[in-house]
Amino acid sequence: MRFSIFICTAVLLFSTNASFAGDTAANFVLGKNSKGKNVTLQSYKGRVVYLDFWASWCPPCLKSFPWMNEMQNRYGKKGLKVIAVNMDQDRQAAKDFLSKQPADFHILYDPKGKIAEQYNVQAMPSAYFIDKQGNISREKKGFKLKDTDELEHYIQSLLGQ
Amino acid sequence: MNSSQLITKTSFLLLSCCLFNGCATFKDISTVKNVKAWERNILAQDNMKLEGDAIDAYVDDHIYFSKEASSGGKSVGGGGCGCN
Repeated sequence: MRFSIFICTAVLLFSTNASFAGDTAANFVLGKNSKGKNVTLQSYKGRVVYLDFWASWCPPCLKSFPWMNEMQNRYGKKGLKVIAVNMDQDRQAAKDFLSKQPADFHILYDPKGKIAEQYNVQAMPSAYFIDKQGNISREKKGFKLKDTDELEHYIQSLLGQ
Repeated sequence: MNSSQLITKTSFLLLSCCLFNGCATFKDISTVKNVKAWERNILAQDNMKLEGDAIDAYVDDHIYFSKEASSGGKSVGGGGCGCN
């Protein structure tokens, strides 16, 4: 009996398609390039990707934008690519947010949560550090200004690998 | 137990199961749907907060902050991750 409970628990725990640090980052389409071909996350293999999930109604997301702009401008040429996936169901709310808080990085819209589902996003905002090999190196839930120094060091270390 | 009793009992059990599930249809019985972190847009609105009065909320906040050094987290906008 105990053994069967153990088996059931183990199956439940490991049957979720969650993204964990160390896993290959789930691929998705970012948009089309000038030739009309799909640009996917995999096309950024060889670069460090900071993948962020945000929404207009999430106050910490607003705080993270100036920092993400700073990171993209400071480390973009060194190989960092910041991608922010918007989770608003109302596109206009996202546009209003962006008119007040411009973004110098790639914005993607995922109103149905398909990409967030792949990454098993647990909190808003959530960020995933994807290394040059295309693996999730770290997951970060939430955003606090006091963590930014440490996060920047982490980005530097990924870029240096 | 004869077969008619068995049928009665089985149907009673099945009916109870349906009733205990409230308004859930058969399709929904096995799929409990949780609100995902990114689906909280309406829940995150100010008027969805569980507070009746701004001054009362301010006093509550002060107590939490002074006794437990915690603040915020009363709405679901930040996903409960403690990021103020």
